[in-house]
Amino acid sequence: MSVSPVDADTVRAVRPQDAPARRMRARTARRFLRNKLATAGLVFLLLLVVVAIAAPLIAPFDPDAQVLVERFQPPSGAHWLGTDSLGRDILSRLIFGTRVSLIAGLEALAVAAVIGVLLGLIAGFVGRKVDSVLSLINDALMSVPGLILALAIIAVLGAGLTNSMLAVGLTMSPRFYRLTRITTRGLRNDTFIEASTAMGCSRRRIIGVHILPNVLPPLIVQATFVFASAVLAEASLSFLGLGVSPPTASWGAMLSDASERLDLSYLIWGPGVALSLSVIAFMAIGDGWRDAIGLDREDGQ
Amino acid sequence: MLKTLATRIGLSAVLLVLVSFLVFLLIDLAPGDAAVSLAGDNASPERIQEVREQLGLDRALPVRYVDWLAGAVHGNLGTSLSTGEPVSSVLLRTIPPTLSVVVVAVVIAVVVAMAGGTLAALKPGSLFDRLMTILASLGVAVPGFWIALVLASEFAVQRHWLPAIGYTPLADGFGPWLQHVILPSLALAALVAAELMRQLRGTLQDALRSDYVLTARAKGLRANKLVFKHALKNAAVPVITVLGVRFATVLGGTVILEAIFNLQGIGQAMLQAVLARDIPTVLGVTVFVTVVVLLTNIAIEVLHPYFNPKVRKT
Repeated sequence: MSVSPVDADTVRAVRPQDAPARRMRARTARRFLRNKLATAGLVFLLLLVVVAIAAPLIAPFDPDAQVLVERFQPPSGAHWLGTDSLGRDILSRLIFGTRVSLIAGLEALAVAAVIGVLLGLIAGFVGRKVDSVLSLINDALMSVPGLILALAIIAVLGAGLTNSMLAVGLTMSPRFYRLTRITTRGLRNDTFIEASTAMGCSRRRIIGVHILPNVLPPLIVQATFVFASAVLAEASLSFLGLGVSPPTASWGAMLSDASERLDLSYLIWGPGVALSLSVIAFMAIGDGWRDAIGLDREDGQ
Repeated sequence: MLKTLATRIGLSAVLLVLVSFLVFLLIDLAPGDAAVSLAGDNASPERIQEVREQLGLDRALPVRYVDWLAGAVHGNLGTSLSTGEPVSSVLLRTIPPTLSVVVVAVVIAVVVAMAGGTLAALKPGSLFDRLMTILASLGVAVPGFWIALVLASEFAVQRHWLPAIGYTPLADGFGPWLQHVILPSLALAALVAAELMRQLRGTLQDALRSDYVLTARAKGLRANKLVFKHALKNAAVPVITVLGVRFATVLGGTVILEAIFNLQGIGQAMLQAVLARDIPTVLGVTVFVTVVVLLTNIAIEVLHPYFNPKVRKT
């Protein structure tokens, strides 16, 4: 067997940003934490996770317990955020709704990421016809408004939280696809990829070991924005009655209940503020992370 | 110019065909027998057979699709499964409310963003500028349908300043029409106004610092004329781009706003069709909305050189 002029050391030497990886990571973390808004967003996200996990311990009441004699009670010492049309404690429903929001957001994010990244890697690396076909389908999906496309998919699959989030994930996959494809294309002709090819690495290994780690940082930034949109989409679809089924507490479903009695404004504030703060937090994390890794503004548009 | 336009229109047509085909494919790929699930629970075998024939599921996918496409080109989008009304007449009936809300929303967004963004860019770092920055950040993050609920609760239900639900055609007078449309439009405008304002502030600031503005200023051009004739015209390009990119989001947003304000628009038609799993209507609305989005994008492409002389030569 002839000795290849390129060995593993050469690959390592020409591979970008490989040298002091740990120091880089520490610096990124420091830069992120210096951003006050981003740090606050991260703290808020961690708080949401804790609330979601510990919901049964924190919630003062059973979120589904109906006490009809206590319906439509304004905020009080016993019910901090008041009670709804069935006499259920709004704060407890808000706390349990955190679970639905986070899980639904993760579901849609996972669907979008798996489809988008996988196809993006293939389109970007293989190029040519495969790329043209995939990109055309992507453009077609992107020319339909997200919510309309999600509704069309739900019409076929049927309503329900899982189906809705599957639909939302599908409609959001182009955001990952475009980013992965363009970054992969940029990397494909890089020296270290060429070196790996020369060494006889399989395509799968090159994509998995060499390209994916380099594509990942901008994808993580994108993921926080997609997560924010997905949480919002869950609330929207549950509001429209296509997401969670009653009596499950979800912020969107709570807003839907509240919209029946708009004269009682305390009903809309809790879930609305929770939803808005979450979206602000996720977006702040994304912005902070993007700045910390030194990426230019990326709209995903 | 004409050639790029022709290419654009051709590509849009291809995308449109692809969108409708993908929805067709989806119906085919859906687990189980589409006709059984669409006919609903406890449907008689006759009803299932009827639905199957209406959807054309007894024929092969390509045949069915070409049939639908041939009809669609002639404006025949099939009939609603739940009401039997032609889908095209459903669309004609529901366009005015949706169009009204979208147009008023875009006007509000552009006016608010122009005013806010320009004033903020003229005095960077001022209290007004910082206030606008915070408002823009909130506008991007706070969900539009929640803004709608707050507006409806405060101004329609509790204070009775405006009607909470329904729609009056423009033909019945501008005042009543605007009263019905203004709240959903405001909620719909928030996101676009916020993004436009950010964009406008940034571009305008860059423009005001650019060499040509400095030259104009040195030659003694009045500040007003400078901002309105030179800098703002330059800032119009990104504004139009943002509008184009966000137009689809605005259209999608009408679904939930129409539900809140009980406007019988396209969004409501879509939602009711989804709840009834009325596939022909779902398909028709989806394709129609996509046509609107693609046409808007083409229009923006046409307008682009008017505002940006740099791309005019190509």
